[in-house]
Amino acid sequence: MRLRLDKPWRPLTAEEAGRLPGQLGVYQVGDAQGTIVYIGQAGARSPFGLRSELQREARERGAGHQFRVEVNQQYRTRWFELLMVHKADHGSLPADNAKNPPPALGRLSPA
Amino acid sequence: MDFEPSSEQQMLIDQVRRYVREEIIPLEAKLDPDAAELDPADHARLVEKTKAMGLFGIDIPKQFGGPDIDIVTRVLLAIEMAQHRAGLYVPCYGTFGGAGLAQIFEANEDQKQRYLYPTLRGEKKPFFGLTEPSGGSDPARAIQTRAERKDNGWVLNGAKLFISGADRAQYGIVFARTDASKGRGGITCFIIDADTPGFYVRRVVHTLRSSSYATELEFKDCWVSDHQVLGEVNKGFAVANDRLTRQRIPYAASCIGVAIAAHEMAIEWAKMRSTFGEKLANRQAVQWMLVDNEIDIRSARHFTLEAAEKARRGLPFRTEAAIAKLIASEGGGRVVDRSMQIHGGMGMTKDLPLERWYREMRIRRVGEGPSEVQRMVIAREILGSNLR
Repeated sequence: MRLRLDKPWRPLTAEEAGRLPGQLGVYQVGDAQGTIVYIGQAGARSPFGLRSELQREARERGAGHQFRVEVNQQYRTRWFELLMVHKADHGSLPADNAKNPPPALGRLSPA
Repeated sequence: MDFEPSSEQQMLIDQVRRYVREEIIPLEAKLDPDAAELDPADHARLVEKTKAMGLFGIDIPKQFGGPDIDIVTRVLLAIEMAQHRAGLYVPCYGTFGGAGLAQIFEANEDQKQRYLYPTLRGEKKPFFGLTEPSGGSDPARAIQTRAERKDNGWVLNGAKLFISGADRAQYGIVFARTDASKGRGGITCFIIDADTPGFYVRRVVHTLRSSSYATELEFKDCWVSDHQVLGEVNKGFAVANDRLTRQRIPYAASCIGVAIAAHEMAIEWAKMRSTFGEKLANRQAVQWMLVDNEIDIRSARHFTLEAAEKARRGLPFRTEAAIAKLIASEGGGRVVDRSMQIHGGMGMTKDLPLERWYREMRIRRVGEGPSEVQRMVIAREILGSNLR
């Protein structure tokens, strides 16, 4: 598993999100320029996992965004890891995570 | 030995049981099934509750402000505290306080002021840095992190693996080799502040325990002063050994707690669920699984309380703690497995806590010294310590 989620971006539309599997995992939402604005997780309370979460994101954010996903049973620890790596790379959390940061995010210094 | 709880113990057991059922389980119903933390506001509210109950910092000795509860009673309470979804690794989400493996009661007064007291007040979080990529079961030989004398202090170089909480901690206790020629007599314990230059949390280590991660640490020319040595130079192995031996008893207790919770779920389900026109509880195959659960739980409880009783009386308890850890972790795993079998398909889902307990209980046969090491400890007692 790669440390950073660096798959190609896909357009954040209801149609594209509808093609996703109903599995657990993590995802990133980027703006039109590819700047990560949010890192999310599809946990066991999501009715259809990644599909439900990204369909909701598409509905709430509207046009002009992109996404990428990683199917992962360890969605919680992977989510924390992606947030910490982002903070190490950019000095801060993605804009929409910074509005409601997790209570006890650790610090990571990837080699 | 009589392990029936006294009336005072029973009162405390009932109090903690009520706390788990009325405060923890309802909150858990709203959390992700793999959650390891409560909402901070709920956590703070519940800490006030456990303080009001007089049970905060339950494993802290009286001279450091703990509630003066003996280890046998603490085991009985630890069994109760574990009886919820996150209970194996995060009993009651840490609302009863305590510092686990990183309690530094042998610290000097300066270190106590800087580290121990803030930790006991819940202001600082420590980590315990023992295991290395070269191995964890034989720390005396596997420790390759070196600490060399320099400028009235020590320079650490090396790595640690499977370290919990290091990325969120303010400091940790770290074991390093200070004399390569002396085996276990050449290890020193250091207190390392998390902001010390040269200390890095390099990566997250994902495991079966997907609610929390471990970390890999690197020490790269990490200089600390002599003031950061915990205890005496080259006497660090005794510190590690003491922690690991003492920790085996509460470790066993939480396995028993989860096993009891799984068993109770299986009994309830067996009485309710019918297949082919008959309750599961009426089928001998299911009855025998429940009987085996009961035997595993009773034996684990007996041996864990026996170890605790020897510790309470100030007697050597290393062998008893190894037996308790071995029986409770292996038996607990079997109980959860049988309980899942009785639940059928539902037992495999994240709707029930069984699948989380199954994954986490598997780790218990390896964590804090694998079953094979516990058997080695017991074998040395039987055969003599000079045998290898």
